[in-house]
Amino acid sequence: MLSAPYLVFVLLVFAYPLVFAFYMSFHDYFFAAPGAVVDRPFVGLANFQEVLSDPAIIRSFGNVGIFLLINVPLTVVLSLVLATALNKVVHARTFLRVAFYVPYVTASVAVVGVWIFLFSGNGLVNQILGPLAPDPAWLINEQWAMPTIAIFVTWKGMGFFILLYLAALQNVSEELYEAAATDGAGKIRMFFSITVPGVRPATVLVLLLATVTGANLFTEPYLLTGGGGPNGASSSPVLLMYQRGIEQGAPDIAAAIGVILVIGVLILAFIQRKLAGGDES
Amino acid sequence: MSTVARSRTRKVDGLSRGQNILRYVVLFAGALVFLFPFYYMVIGSLQTEPDSTVAGAFPNPANITGENYAAINSRIDLLQGLANSGIFAGGVILCTVVFGVLVGYALAQLQWRGRGITFALVLLVQVVPFQLLMIPLYVMIARDYGLADNYLGMILPFAINSTAVLIFRQYFLQVPRALFDAARIDGAGELKILWSIALPLVRPALLTVVLLTFIGPWNEFLWPFLITKEASLQPLAVSLANYLTNVAATAANPFGAILAGACVLAAPAVVLFILFQRHFVSSDIGSGVKG
Repeated sequence: MLSAPYLVFVLLVFAYPLVFAFYMSFHDYFFAAPGAVVDRPFVGLANFQEVLSDPAIIRSFGNVGIFLLINVPLTVVLSLVLATALNKVVHARTFLRVAFYVPYVTASVAVVGVWIFLFSGNGLVNQILGPLAPDPAWLINEQWAMPTIAIFVTWKGMGFFILLYLAALQNVSEELYEAAATDGAGKIRMFFSITVPGVRPATVLVLLLATVTGANLFTEPYLLTGGGGPNGASSSPVLLMYQRGIEQGAPDIAAAIGVILVIGVLILAFIQRKLAGGDES
Repeated sequence: MSTVARSRTRKVDGLSRGQNILRYVVLFAGALVFLFPFYYMVIGSLQTEPDSTVAGAFPNPANITGENYAAINSRIDLLQGLANSGIFAGGVILCTVVFGVLVGYALAQLQWRGRGITFALVLLVQVVPFQLLMIPLYVMIARDYGLADNYLGMILPFAINSTAVLIFRQYFLQVPRALFDAARIDGAGELKILWSIALPLVRPALLTVVLLTFIGPWNEFLWPFLITKEASLQPLAVSLANYLTNVAATAANPFGAILAGACVLAAPAVVLFILFQRHFVSSDIGSGVKG
């Protein structure tokens, strides 16, 4: 009874569009004037065929692959190390917590402005690097555009993952550390033998969320690299969904990209779960 | 000699002094990396001429101006943008809290048919990425319902926030059922129980949910960007992004103006977060995400 309004909303803005997305991807769907009765024939896998034979779209999936290879390990390692360091801190705890979470609570659009400034041709980062600076600069360099975006997203989202790890660390038994200390284990040994296995459920979650975030990449390539440039080196599937679906009026193609993207994420999540959970031996 | 030896071996919660110092070095180096872009944002927004040399990272009294704020305000109406962001975020928070309390309570404390399915749905909403729904939602909301350039159209897709449901459910699970049974015996209706017994008990969760929910729509770019073409209705994140991609080249000091706008957009979220950071408790959020 109390849930009825919620369920109506779920049907309206979740279940129906979900079904609609699959429907679109299997039909020749196009925008028509409201109320106009048009024929949108079933086309089977034609949309998927078009998606999979389009080099620009294939490239965008490859870009997400590059993104994930950089972002996911960095996120997992750095947020676990920082959370472990932060866990038992006595001094300046509030300051440190705030410092780490602030990028997470700030709008991407706001911090993107600073990053463009920092990483531009004669920006501060290049000024400090001097002759080591890449040419052309980071965001307009085909090789560096995607890694720079990956680092931006790692920096931006890390606060949330530190928060998750901090929660997980509260569940690691203090006695294990004491027992290990009695046995003469060093700090580093303890980190790998107790902390890392102890927070494994959180790691599975962090892996999943970081992967989903990566697959959903839109704002950063749209703004940081001016719409996936240079030459599509930093385009993402969601960016192409926007360009194909709404700018170019092919929502069926966009829906097919979306379906492929979600299947990809599900496969990755499954593999990660196997790997992160199958370490037990 | 002996005091030196003792201080060297003294343990600060299991760590030697050297390790403890190393920990603070790592943490403060991390904090510097996390905070520096924000510092640079403020400095950059106050510079008359953009100065990207290393010296430009330090405040220079000769190069300070408030003009960038005036410049950005003349291009995009900052107040209107803030108001739109506020309406968008407020609407989402209202829906999220109402649904979260109702469904969280029903899932945690009531026995009813369809409870299992509802819980599964809540988790499913959490898992399916918004991007898959983006195109159909755009077709439905902008084309079929004609809600483009409308606050309702902006708010609707974000009204069902699973995280809030899960956090409230977690809180209600901790409340002994006997408390509610007693009220029921006294003849109180479910809504009355919810309002006068359950709600006061979860007040701490309420603040956490409001803060967490606020960040989402306040910072959201993609959806309001798709659905609002009319400048006077755009949340600040959207109008600033449009400025960034379109007209920045025409301003005298585009970076200064962009950074000034960025400061205005970032400030409310950062200030709210710093004020209420105690309520950003890891355990609550953990339960919300894990279900």
